[in-house]
Amino acid sequence: MARSVWKGPFVDGYLLKKAETVRSSGRNDIIRTWSRRSTVLPQFVGLTFGVYNGQKFIPVLVTENMIGHKFGEFSPTRTFYGHAADKRARRG
Amino acid sequence: MARIAGVNIPTNKRVVISLTYIHGIGRTKARQICQSCNISLDSRVQDLTDQEVIGIREIIDRDHMVEGDLRRELAMNIKRLMDLGCYRGVRHRKGLPVRGQRTHTNARSRKGPARAIAGKKKVTK
Repeated sequence: MARSVWKGPFVDGYLLKKAETVRSSGRNDIIRTWSRRSTVLPQFVGLTFGVYNGQKFIPVLVTENMIGHKFGEFSPTRTFYGHAADKRARRG
Repeated sequence: MARIAGVNIPTNKRVVISLTYIHGIGRTKARQICQSCNISLDSRVQDLTDQEVIGIREIIDRDHMVEGDLRRELAMNIKRLMDLGCYRGVRHRKGLPVRGQRTHTNARSRKGPARAIAGKKKVTK
């Protein structure tokens, strides 16, 4: 079920503050965050976030299309290296 | 023969049913269209007057997204996800289930027919 509209989008409060300071500082630093659950808001567009995937921070440059998605969607937590059998078949 | 919404030519079936031959119109929408045109659910396409056919055509053009437009929008939505590089887009790209279903077994609708694994022994009785 979708989230109730009256609650507004969910964002961890500290992210807003961080984004604000980076905006005002003028430099486009990567904002490291563990908050994969936060929604991408319009005021984040143009900033780069380092979204933690459990191992490292994946740089995500926020574009307009990403608004409304969660940060976690852009930072995959699993790596799939393929099956050994597939590789053998491809080589042969 | 009645041409509604471009290419569709449903014939001597009931109007409600033949409208569902249009991509994007199912039983519910077909019924709604018939009601707003005051066409009885029992009447057949061949019995429709030209006026009624035009009425149906207008309502579909005005209120419903249908056929090519609908397909295009769907493809655009998927393309948007794929270009975005988000998880759902990646799943679309790889042809795997998008909504968190298991892929250890099943998921054959997305993955297509099973491929044989080289060197895997067949279970024999």
